[in-house]
Amino acid sequence: MALLQTRGLTRILNDGPQAVPLVQDIDLAVQAGEFVAITGPSGSGKSSLLYLLGLLDAPTAGELWIDGQNAARLSAAEQARLRLGKLGFVFQFHFLLPEFTLLQNVMIPMQKLGKLGAEAMRARATALLVELGLESGHDKRPDQLSGGQRQRVAIARALANDPLILLADEPTGNLDSKNGQIVFDIFQRLAARGQTVITVTHDAHLAAQTHRQIHLVDGRISG
Amino acid sequence: MGLVLELALGHLGQRKRQTLVSVAGVALGVGFFIGMMALMGGFQQYFITQVIDSWPHIIIKDEFREPAQQPVFRAYPGAAVRLDSLKPRDELKGIRNAREILAALETSPYATAPTLRTQVFYRYGAREVAATLVGIDPKREVQVTQLARDINQGSLDALYSTANGVILGEGLAKKLGASLGDMLSVTSPVGAVLKMKVVGIFNTGVTALDNFESYSLIKKAQVLAARANVINQIRLRIPDVSLARQVAQDLENRFGYKAESWEESYSNVLGLFKVQNGVMYSAVGAILVVAAFGIFNIISTVINEKRRDIAILKSIGLAEGDIKAVFMIQGLILGLVGTLLGWVLGYGLTELLASIRFNMEGFVRTQGFILDRSLKPYAVAALFAMLSATCAAWLPARKAARLNPVDIIRGAA
Ligand SMILES: Nc1ncnc2c1ncn2[C@@H]1O[C@H](COP(=O)(O)OP(=O)(O)O)[C@@H](O)[C@H]1O
Ligand SMILES: [Mg+2]
Repeated sequence: MALLQTRGLTRILNDGPQAVPLVQDIDLAVQAGEFVAITGPSGSGKSSLLYLLGLLDAPTAGELWIDGQNAARLSAAEQARLRLGKLGFVFQFHFLLPEFTLLQNVMIPMQKLGKLGAEAMRARATALLVELGLESGHDKRPDQLSGGQRQRVAIARALANDPLILLADEPTGNLDSKNGQIVFDIFQRLAARGQTVITVTHDAHLAAQTHRQIHLVDGRISG
Repeated sequence: MGLVLELALGHLGQRKRQTLVSVAGVALGVGFFIGMMALMGGFQQYFITQVIDSWPHIIIKDEFREPAQQPVFRAYPGAAVRLDSLKPRDELKGIRNAREILAALETSPYATAPTLRTQVFYRYGAREVAATLVGIDPKREVQVTQLARDINQGSLDALYSTANGVILGEGLAKKLGASLGDMLSVTSPVGAVLKMKVVGIFNTGVTALDNFESYSLIKKAQVLAARANVINQIRLRIPDVSLARQVAQDLENRFGYKAESWEESYSNVLGLFKVQNGVMYSAVGAILVVAAFGIFNIISTVINEKRRDIAILKSIGLAEGDIKAVFMIQGLILGLVGTLLGWVLGYGLTELLASIRFNMEGFVRTQGFILDRSLKPYAVAALFAMLSATCAAWLPARKAARLNPVDIIRGAA
């Protein structure tokens, strides 16, 4: 079985006056080590699909298997545990905690997981930041950084617990093309050493650099 | 837990002024509670110990709780009967079977003292003062009250060695202008007159006693009341004063006469204490409610400001319980720091009150505030403060834990 697999995954919003389908009948299999782009026009349901894959939202129908687990069926606490240990998120906005240093931000998932000691966490967070091109200033606060640097800290945080899958929703959406390319270079490097990456993008040029593109139109996979 | 604490401290650190105000609110409530408890509790306890020492625990009186029915009412129960020209007897009734009651209590663990209590007028020179004369058997009286200890001029034994000796309360002596060795003219309601010599002056500290009570041998009181061999009160002291109410009830059931515990004798004052405590608890409660609103306010504000942080923490994998804990801990920190500061404030307030000197005569005479320095108010205040902080943090914390990260992340775009 693939690392991530869906069958008929569907999310229909029912809380409004009428049902709004966000995504419908998604059949998808992502193998370990794949670098996949989810593309499509604005409003086609890319974010909605990513939230489903990342267990931030619950499907109204269909199945979702992650690492052999029937993930949509898990309890909220078990899903939180799965997100913590096996998934890493990067969003369009960095969402770094403003009162924490860069190092502390990257350490948050490790602290929650509690597998490493304080020194080991520190060392790993430092190594991740260096690997992503932030050699120094790890005790700075996020507001002292440029947008491109912040997004790289956010990626470091997503990688903190060595996730099975890195999920990114328009990670370059707020960056200029140079910084956007830096982010994709990082993704490629990660994929090259076996990291599974699923990223949403509407930038065709960046999407072309992935192994595979999944194109959404009106909440369904097309083509 | 380390992470949750770091997050909580980070949030509070960003709102220093509001944090300070919330903490100050809690501290004020706690501090005032401790100060007021020291003041009022100290006074109340002092009063009660004074009363317990200088007043019998129980008095069996020559009265009945239900006034005796006229025979005609008993003959026609429920009927409309008109009875004119009823004249109550105006002599002291006395306890009829006092001897038997005393004999029966001989074997009990209670100390007993027979007394005859009557109203008298003291005259010394031109001054005339109404007071109560309690005829006592000194040897038995000392087992029931601390009279011997409270006499600070003269002595109790002088009642025996002096022909017509009387011991006055200090306030009473002052009103009369009489001092040790002076001869007073004593008149009773039935018209008997006796020359009596002041052989002792006592000071119990309880104003009501010192200003209105006096003691003589029981025989002299009987002469004044013109009731030879009659006693109208049996005073008792029991081993465990906290059982006074219960024992009084038992005695009343057993002998028929009204048995009054010291709590009943002083029920007006004790009732006043209850009102006083109620007022104080409400005042402190109000302060803590305001403090709780402060805590509620700051935590709600933090949560509104930190919606994105909450969303990302949830996406990282923190559980609802973790998010709730982050905000509960903030409430607890505010409550705890407020409590600690309140303790310091309360201690300072108590010391300040202790340093104030003045002369006062109320229920008791004192030269300053009588303070209760027990630790109980500290514990009670801490409990209240932590409880209100917990409640104040609970609602917003629960709301934060239930926030849907998808809504927030979408909204951020
Ligand atoms: N809470 C909501 N209520 C109504 N419509 C929604 C809600 N959330 C998303 N949508 C709609 O669902 C569609 C898919 O949204 P989204 O997944 O964000 O698309 P994309 O990320 O591809 O731009 C859009 O048309 C969006 O307007
Ligand atoms: Mg989107």
